[in-house]
This record gives sequence, C-alpha cells and structure tokens, in this order.
Amino acid sequence: MTLPPLELVCPAGTPAALRSAVDAGADCVYLGFRDETNARNFPGLNFNDKELAQGLDYAHARNAKVLVAINTFPEAGNSGPWHRAVDSAAALGADAVILADIGLLDYTATKHPDLRRHLSVQAAASNPEAIRFYVENFGVKRVVLPRVLTILEIAALNKQIQVETEVFVFGGLCVMAEGRCALSSYATGVSPNKNGACSPASHVHYEDEGDRLVSKLGDYTINAFQPNEAAGYPTLCKGRFVAAGKESYLFEEPTSLSLGSMLPELQAAGVTALKIEGRQRGRAYVAAVVQAFRKAVDAAHAGHTPPPMDLGNLSEGQQQTTGVYEKTWR
Amino acid sequence: MTKAKLTLGPVLFNWPVEKWRDFYFRMADEAPVDCVNLGEVVCSKRLPFFEPVIADVIERLQGAGKEVVLSTLALIMSKREMDIVRDITAMDDLRVEANDVSTATLLAGKPHSIGPFINVYNEGTLAFFAKNGATRVCLPVELSASTLSVLAKDAGPELEVLAFGRLPLAVSARCYHARAHDLSKDNCQFVCAEDPDGMELETLDGDAFLAVNGTQTLSYTCNNLIEELAQMRKMGINHFRLSPQDIDMVGVARAFRDVLDRNLSAVEGADVLEQLSGGLEFSNGYYYDLEGGRMVAAE
Repeated sequence: MTLPPLELVCPAGTPAALRSAVDAGADCVYLGFRDETNARNFPGLNFNDKELAQGLDYAHARNAKVLVAINTFPEAGNSGPWHRAVDSAAALGADAVILADIGLLDYTATKHPDLRRHLSVQAAASNPEAIRFYVENFGVKRVVLPRVLTILEIAALNKQIQVETEVFVFGGLCVMAEGRCALSSYATGVSPNKNGACSPASHVHYEDEGDRLVSKLGDYTINAFQPNEAAGYPTLCKGRFVAAGKESYLFEEPTSLSLGSMLPELQAAGVTALKIEGRQRGRAYVAAVVQAFRKAVDAAHAGHTPPPMDLGNLSEGQQQTTGVYEKTWR
Repeated sequence: MTKAKLTLGPVLFNWPVEKWRDFYFRMADEAPVDCVNLGEVVCSKRLPFFEPVIADVIERLQGAGKEVVLSTLALIMSKREMDIVRDITAMDDLRVEANDVSTATLLAGKPHSIGPFINVYNEGTLAFFAKNGATRVCLPVELSASTLSVLAKDAGPELEVLAFGRLPLAVSARCYHARAHDLSKDNCQFVCAEDPDGMELETLDGDAFLAVNGTQTLSYTCNNLIEELAQMRKMGINHFRLSPQDIDMVGVARAFRDVLDRNLSAVEGADVLEQLSGGLEFSNGYYYDLEGGRMVAAE
C-alpha cells in the first residue's frame, strides 16, 4: 500500500510569505490575525480580514489550503476578539482553524460545526486520552503534537488514535511542553498563552560593556557574548545560565529543529502532516525552507532517501538538532 | 461569609521517603489545613519511592480530619504513565486532581478537581470542565486579580488559588537536573533528590532566577499572596493552596489560617512568613498583572 505523501504545512507571517510558501510548494499555509488571538503576535506580522481573503484566493487558486491559528487562551471576560477571529475565519472560507483553548473549541464546535478544527500544539495533547478528549468533545480532525514525544512514541500513539497528527520538522523549538510554559511571563509579564508572544522584543535590550555584550529579557541576563562571539536573540529557554556550579545552556542551546533526514521514519510512524515553524521569518527564508522540504517530501513519497538539506545557515545559532524526536535529547 | 479553606499542595520535589512520610504525618497532626493533595506530579520515575508509605500517610491525614486528594502527573507521554494515571482515576474513595486533560477525560462524570497544570484561563473553559464533572479548580499561576474576579463571578466549581510556594512555571520532556549533572534522563541517578527546594538557577550576572526540579522549572521566588487574601475573599474565592517548600510548613499554614481568621493582620502574617522563609524571596507579580517575579507592596 502506498501511503499518501506527507502534507507540508508552512508558515505565513505576512501576505508576501504566504505567496512565497505557496509558490515554493506548500500544501498548506498557516497564519494568524493581527492581534493577541494567535501565538505569533509580533509587530509587523499577521493578517487582517482583507489580507486573509486575498491570501485564501491566492492559495486556493494554486490548490493550497489556508489554516488560521487562533491558538492563545482567551482572556476571562473578554472573549470577543477570539470569537470574532473564529467567526471571520469561518466567514472568509478558511480551510481550518487551529485552536488550543477548550472554551474556544467549544464555541467553534457549537457555532461553526462545519469549520474544520485542528488542535494547536499549544494544547500539548501528548497522549491518547487527551487526544480522545478533544476529538470526542469538539470533533477535532487533526492534532499538532507537542515536542515531547520521540518518533517511536509518535508511532505508538498513532496506533491508538483515529485522528490525523501533524509534527514540527523545522525551525525554532520549544523545549518545554507548549502552552504550559510561563517562563516568559515570569520575566516580562508578557505571556505566550495570554498575549501570544514569548520573549518579546519589547522587553529585550543589549548592554555593551566593552569586553562583553549582555543580552537581557526584562531584568534578567539571558546571555553574554565575548567580542568574537555572535550575539543571538535572548529567547529565555535558549539562554546561558549557572546551575550546579557551572555555566551552560541548561535548557537548550540556541539551535533549530531539523528533521529533514527523518521523513521516512515520520511517514512510517503514521504522521499525516509536517509543520515548518517560522511565521516571524521573511519570505526568502520561507521560500528556501519550503523548497527544500518539498523536494524531501516528494523523494520520501517516491521511496527515495530524502536529499541532504543545506539549511544550516538559516538555523538559529547555525546549529541544528533532531530534538526530542530522538530519545537521547531528554 | 463562607469559611475559607486551606489546601496543602502536593510535594513537588524529590524528598527521601522518610522525610516525605514524616512531613505529612506532622502536617496531619499539627497543620491547620483542610485538604491535603499528595502524589507525584513531576516525574513518574519517582513514584515507586513513596508507594510503600502512601497508605499510612492517607490514613493519618484522614484520621486527622483532612480531606485527601490524589494529585496526578502533569505530563503524560508513555503508556506506562497513562496506566499509572488510569489506575488512580479508577479509585472511587478519594477525590482525584487532574493535571493533564487526559486525566480529566478519565474522570468525566464523577466529582473531581482540576489542577493548576491545566489551562483554565476563562469562563468558557471553566464552564466546560464544570460540565465534565469538575467541582474544584485550582487555577494556573499566571492569572491576575482581574481575571480571578471574572472567573469567581459565575464559577460553578469551587476555585482555589496558589497562595504560597515556588511557582510551577514549565514542564518538559527533558530532565534539566540530569542535564546539569551530565547524566541522561534514563540514568539520572535521581540527582533531583539533592535539592529539596529545587536546584537554583542564576543568570550569568549572579541574579537568582529560576529553580529546576527534574523536568519541571519553577520560579526562584516563592509566591506569597498572604496580603491579598482579603481581596480574593471579597471576589468569592475561599480556597487557597500552600505548596510545600523545605521550611516550616506548619508555621506557614498557621500564618495563613490566622490571617484568614483575623487573628493576625495581613502585615503581621507577612512578617511571620518572612521569618519562616529560610531565605526564600517572595513574589506576587502575576496577581498584579506584572512580571511573575515581581513583589508588589499590597495596598
């Protein structure tokens, strides 16, 4: 039996990135509205209703789908913006919405039963019973898996569930279970779950001390660089800290996830779709990554070994990892 | 006014079994808490350690008139972990607290608690869990006073708020305790047991920042809402959770009880906690919709 090809789900932070991704061979793009309803609520990114309508036209004309991420957790007493986002996605004809909050899933399933629902990684559904909860209560058709499972565990999980799974294969990686991390809000007051931004630029500053450059998030030093070191962005969990008497990147090095070489294993594990992270990235980045993965997916589908990818220069810190998908990472 | 209740949360850290047992025995005998949550929340590898004594601990607590609630794992990744939780939820004689949505599914239709590791940010989600059978919900760490007051307004389930202890900020598949000691998770040698309050993590500039507890990351600061109790009670929140640290938790519970019963003023209660803190620094920033690590002087 030939398995259908893995579906390639690609980031569209802007209308230009959407067009680049579609042109480069994306099967789907995912995007968000320009507010706190999505988990990449950064300045200069995202879509208004008109841009979404145009993006839908562009993608649909080229046989690509558009998924709308509404994947933060609505504020108590202020569900309006989240409900409006779901209503707009439905009215404009989005192919699916990607949701995390149980109240919002309930609203969507009730108000827009025909609007396809995906479960966001931000819900961190990591086991068959959690997935069953979302499928049975809200008719979720696909689950984006949190980055806590190895490929072997994903294979075992897929045997126990009747719903599509999507996994992250490239880009920035959360090392904590997604949607269950308050590190950023502890340091900055800005919460990925509530405000849609982790380690926000508004709270980043650099201090040049002559012999070293210090990067800070809020009041906390996240890293310090010697003059010969490249200074990275102070994402909290990729910082250098002192624990047990030594300095280290305790949570994770500044690195990007890259599973280009593991597509056959993911396919064998029963995964339906591959997700590329990076809605904050420009269209050149998106085009390069999507093209490389398009080739790899097509090769894997034809039974060939995917060609090596030359994406190292597009990775954070120029480092790559297969992350949690291999057990040794833990 | 409804009498306010205190819950002792589950010990989040890897304490030696004798210390763990004696801690609960003392809490049973001396601490003015109404409910005691216990059970492993962080790492399933630790479970076998206290299994031999858990029945004795439950008996002692119930004998002292405490309601015992079984807490469950926050992150469930394997069949083995799923089976552990399935067994716990199958018990009919004790209330169970779900810390993962999976566990709430298994508890559907019978009265249960939702723990602080499940994302309840708004009334829609709260209503859904109420419909599912939740009768008590301990809210997540990062909710502000204004959110708490909205949730308290139409709450079906009894709401509980974390009022003392290091804040559980994140959970991961990766064990940072093992990683800090150059060990693998599978062969971790249980190094997390070296740090009964968590392993302190500092910035490169020597500022205390976080505390690592195996796969869990907590705040360095100790959440302390003793001066906000009266305000929360006005909102209709009457249940407060004290999360165990390796300090005199009987004294901590007495301070909270005395403030709730107006035998001590909030300021006096805060002074008592300061003396008991053993060097822990306090924070209450989330309550004021600020950085969680901040300490704001109460009005």
